[in-house]
Amino acid sequence: MRSQDDCSQLAGNMVLFCRTLRRAGLPVGTGQVIDALNAVAAVGVERRQDFRQALRSVLASDPRHFRLFDQAFHVFFHNQRLLEKMMATLLSGSVPEQAQAEKETLLRRLLEALSPESRENEEELRVEADRTATWSHREVLRQKDFEEMSLAEQSAVKELLREEITLCEKTASRRFRSGSHGSRYDLRRSMHNMMRNNGQLIELSLKRRTERPPVVVLLCDISGSMSHYSRMFLHFAHALGTTGCTVHSFVFGTRLTNISRRMRDPDADRALSCVAADVRDWDGGTRIGESLARFNKDWGRRVLAQNATVVLLSDGLERDPETDLGFQMQRLKTSCRRLIWLNPVLRYAGFEAKAAGIRRMLPHVDLFLPAHNVSSLANLVGVLKSGHGARNTRYSARGAAA
Amino acid sequence: MVDAGGGVSLPQDLDQVQDLLGRGDYIAGRDLATVIYLALRMGRPLLLEGEAGVGKTEIANVLARTLGRDLIRLQCYEGLDLASAAYEWNYPRQMVAIRMAEAEGRAADVGSSIYGRDYLIARPLLRALETHAGGPPVLLIDELDRADEPFEAFLLELLSDFQLSIPELGTVKAAQPPIVIITSNRTREVHDALRRRCLYHWVEYPDFGTETRIVEVKAPGISAELRRQLIGFVQELRKQDLFKRPGIAETLDWANALAHLDAVTLQPGLVDDTLGLLLKYQDDIAKIRGSEAAQLLAQIQVGH
Repeated sequence: MRSQDDCSQLAGNMVLFCRTLRRAGLPVGTGQVIDALNAVAAVGVERRQDFRQALRSVLASDPRHFRLFDQAFHVFFHNQRLLEKMMATLLSGSVPEQAQAEKETLLRRLLEALSPESRENEEELRVEADRTATWSHREVLRQKDFEEMSLAEQSAVKELLREEITLCEKTASRRFRSGSHGSRYDLRRSMHNMMRNNGQLIELSLKRRTERPPVVVLLCDISGSMSHYSRMFLHFAHALGTTGCTVHSFVFGTRLTNISRRMRDPDADRALSCVAADVRDWDGGTRIGESLARFNKDWGRRVLAQNATVVLLSDGLERDPETDLGFQMQRLKTSCRRLIWLNPVLRYAGFEAKAAGIRRMLPHVDLFLPAHNVSSLANLVGVLKSGHGARNTRYSARGAAA
Repeated sequence: MVDAGGGVSLPQDLDQVQDLLGRGDYIAGRDLATVIYLALRMGRPLLLEGEAGVGKTEIANVLARTLGRDLIRLQCYEGLDLASAAYEWNYPRQMVAIRMAEAEGRAADVGSSIYGRDYLIARPLLRALETHAGGPPVLLIDELDRADEPFEAFLLELLSDFQLSIPELGTVKAAQPPIVIITSNRTREVHDALRRRCLYHWVEYPDFGTETRIVEVKAPGISAELRRQLIGFVQELRKQDLFKRPGIAETLDWANALAHLDAVTLQPGLVDDTLGLLLKYQDDIAKIRGSEAAQLLAQIQVGH
């Protein structure tokens, strides 16, 4: 038998545990906390595996959350001393060596959730390097090491997603489902109703057209000049995939890589590190025309057939005069439903569409978003890294640059 | 090789498969013959992918013809639903039955009878599960990539268990599984769950020898020399960086066109004039027409 003290300590720990999960971004409400306590009461704490499984079944209802849950569980219940050490470390700011090793293996989101007070200090000040002119013919093969996602970024992506969803509106499908405001008669349902009423036809049932979630194809430029934005954009691509849209993601610098499968990993951080390892041309030169040609030839017919919306994230800084960029853009335009171009370069004051590449691409774009969405993408990264964020207003007025 | 059902019995080895296809004027490479043999022996659906015009659909036609089976074809399109793919209740007939029963004063017990087999209209998928005189039919599900994902999900039950669940009636199961051929042009990726239930084969463009035999059989009206030239040209053309490479269907069209034009040898002018039979995109035609075509022709002559 457990003493009263033990029980109340467990309950306290459970509440703290749930609050940490919530801060780390898991949808854990008060109801779940009570469920978790009940689950623990039912399973007991004698066997750690059962205890963990019971908590996980209640608190992590999505495979995306398993990794975070498991780490939090490890910190909280596997090693009580570790938790104390972690808390002390994070609060004091000094990191003893053993704790440092542990810290590296933990997700950034969880670390932040454990130390909400010191979150501001955590953000490193970083000088933004302006590398807009690093286009080159040379193919630079480099590995990319993405930082893990922070809490602030996570909520920023969610925010961004809400706006972006409206860009990719649902399309009417040719499928029907029964519904009271339908346009056609649902004979099968009517017959069922009729049989229920002893053969009396009271009212014909109707069916209406269903809507199909949009198919979105994301093409992300990962050349040197775009290195600030690719990470945020990939997070965005990953989040978009969890909303029910069919998302095909491609990245290109000097070559085109399909990363759709990788992006299906439920955990955003793991998906991005897989992508980082797979793609070989990070932060190198740009061959937009050639990459688009490759996309048109190899993938266009495979992923664009269902009325897809194409979102192209690129600065358009292609200086290869030989390229048939305009022609490839036109082909892309004619084979998709909508071509949206997000161009982060436009956040720089005094931008004009002077670059030859941009001039050749612009006529074929349905929607050119220099200001709002891209600057939120760009600013997001800027704000998180440098700590000041007054850019948005400055560039949102530049919507007419196109 | 005649079985009890009246149809031809299934081939016992790979050579017999090639013979069988050959009798249907279909020249298949060893790899394709292998996968067809396995599909027939293992009773598994066969998913064929490949560029347009490489003869995917024709395989089903030939199998049905040479095995003496019925061919049931389902052409897929977006929004294809149960009512047009599998079954539909015969509502007018049900309605009449109810009214008749009412008139005879036995409306209460009509409920069980109007959801009987008599009132069911079988569409291709359900027909494929029924018993056919010549043995299990060949079910061709053509261009599956044109259908939407909900339809694909619906196919899963049919492809793994060869049965259909009809809520009002129960489960209809095939006494003998049909031979299922599914084709896709890859305008959309077919879902993994469906791929898992099928044998998969990517139908390639044929090599020189295979294509020669195909043209011999399908377009006999041209001379051997012209045949050699035109196939050589098409084979070279497929190596070019084109948006859409010509398939076998295009080769045959071209061969027949050249026969109609009474051509004896390939000349640059003739190639330019008839290039539209091989290439279906203006950019591709513009790229090849003229000097490029002449160069390819010269290459073939040298190769000879």
